[in-house]
Amino acid sequence: MTSAPIIDPKIEPDGLPTAPNRWSIRVRVPRAWRRPLGIAGVSIIAFWVLIALLAPLIAPYGPLAQDSPRFLPPSPEHWMGTDGVGRDVLSRVMYGAQISLPIAVVLVVLSVIVGGVIGAIAGYAGGVVDSILMRVVDLFFAFPSIILAMAIAAALGPSLTNAVVAIVVVSWPSYARVTRSLVLSLRSSNYIAASRLLGTSSARALVREVVPNIAGPVLVLATLELGAAVLLLSGLSYLGLGAVPPTPEWGAMVSDGARTFSNWWVAVFPGLAIFSIVLAFNFLGDALRDGLDPRSSKSLSDAEI
Amino acid sequence: MFARFVLKRVGAAVLLVFGIVVVTFALTALLPGDPAAAQLGDRASGDPAIVEAYRKAHGLDQPLWTQFVLYLVHLVQGDLGTSLQSRNPVLSDLAQFGPASFELAVTATAIAVIVGVGLGILAALRANGPLDHTLRVVSLGGVSIPIFWLSLIAVFLFSTQLRLFPSSGRLNPGETPPNHITGLYVLDSVITANWATLGSSVAHLILPALVLAAPMVGLLLRFTRSSMLEVIGNDYVRSANAKGLPAGLVVRRHILRGALVPVITVLGSAFASLLAGTVLVEQIFAWPGIGSYAYRSASNLDLPAIVGVTLFVAIVFILVNFLVDILYGLIDPRIRTS
Repeated sequence: MTSAPIIDPKIEPDGLPTAPNRWSIRVRVPRAWRRPLGIAGVSIIAFWVLIALLAPLIAPYGPLAQDSPRFLPPSPEHWMGTDGVGRDVLSRVMYGAQISLPIAVVLVVLSVIVGGVIGAIAGYAGGVVDSILMRVVDLFFAFPSIILAMAIAAALGPSLTNAVVAIVVVSWPSYARVTRSLVLSLRSSNYIAASRLLGTSSARALVREVVPNIAGPVLVLATLELGAAVLLLSGLSYLGLGAVPPTPEWGAMVSDGARTFSNWWVAVFPGLAIFSIVLAFNFLGDALRDGLDPRSSKSLSDAEI
Repeated sequence: MFARFVLKRVGAAVLLVFGIVVVTFALTALLPGDPAAAQLGDRASGDPAIVEAYRKAHGLDQPLWTQFVLYLVHLVQGDLGTSLQSRNPVLSDLAQFGPASFELAVTATAIAVIVGVGLGILAALRANGPLDHTLRVVSLGGVSIPIFWLSLIAVFLFSTQLRLFPSSGRLNPGETPPNHITGLYVLDSVITANWATLGSSVAHLILPALVLAAPMVGLLLRFTRSSMLEVIGNDYVRSANAKGLPAGLVVRRHILRGALVPVITVLGSAFASLLAGTVLVEQIFAWPGIGSYAYRSASNLDLPAIVGVTLFVAIVFILVNFLVDILYGLIDPRIRTS
């Protein structure tokens, strides 16, 4: 997004001329980040990224160290108590951020690539290719995501990698739909026609002219889907089909604490971690969506619904 | 005109179901793991002769496309295979667990529609006020909360601590279910005038249904709000206000009529989010439905059962969306032509 716009920088897409002051554009904080929800979202995400990076330095205990008494309630020594085998819950929650955050990003990047490529091809090619690809998208939409993910995870065996594969299989279609509808609305625009008339190949036109123009809405969808990805991953782990013990994955930790819920702290704190990060992604995505122009946000919500 | 619209939708739905069948077949055929070994168990699969006989009997020695035709023939006859863990035909398992899930899903949907649409209307009428901002956070919170975690907290607070609701199952242990008419305990106890069972089944239903409704409330709230705002911006609403009609009348006659129809379309996808939650909620509340069955099948690597559940739920989802489409076309004639 920091790259120079392809179209004349002095003209905004809506045709209003603006001052060509590049510096003011560089240092400006994106508008969405200045909305209260956007600020809250960015702060919480930044907080968790810091925790994930600094976990080895700031965690008071090791994530697997069983060196405390079992089921200690929260206290100054153990802020979030200890679990059934004497591990410090706070340390495990901190290390859990090292698992959930990168995996969520990987998940969404993979889904954006798969869905984006298929959607762009469908929208740009049109005709029979479009109809066939969109029927395939409809097909994957019809599958119940968690049950299909369960079937895949069960067949391949429970592991984080297999859970990621399963979630990508069920989550790429929404990106395909959004990309397709955005590309479709761009395809007939004059500047694409102009670039094609100048002899640009379709592949080059897609990359140079189309991609920069759909990156914004796809990014917003990706932000919203990050939350969904964390939820689905932790749900699979809760069911024992994702991360396997003793990995300090948040969903698996909630599952661990669910068996002895009278010691509520074992399950409540990891769950709170999931809730806060998903909420943060949704806050940010929501604020970003409000900042989009109405047409792209319409195609976004149409594809999402 | 309308017949053509319905016919086109039926065609699309049938095509989708066929696609689903192909994918589930591919899932069974291409995934690692020998179905013969899985069906026979450890001891029998040690004997090559038995395995060979089994493969022959079930057509597993045939080429893949012959197997597919065989699979189709079985499906048409209602044969989804035999569950490895319950040793029952998968179809009869689904018939046994289906009504429990249906009862839970319908109750949750009813709660979500009342609360979500109601709050969405409220948010739109007070757009950009403090109430609207609060409801926006509520809506985002609803779709962000891990449903398994919410279930655990609900059980802990309302069952273990406050003892307001039972924590698991559809009835108290030892209680006999009402006579099987629809399989929905609440409905069956009303039909048979069995008031004690009615009280108990409602008490068991409330907590899981409320939890399951939470994400759907978020979704419906946000959709209703934006649909309302779209209608409120129309010229005819401004004219109605300008000619001095009472505000309540404008809301009821002019805004709600236009705004609530599109909400029907979102019910289809809201239902999908409900299905996702069902697995987790049923498991925690020990609700004997399709979700619990899916979980048991997946964790026991019971492939026929999990494939059967996937197929069944996908078909239900397609059916719900088909009905939503038809209903929408029925209400809004513009949809039929597009």
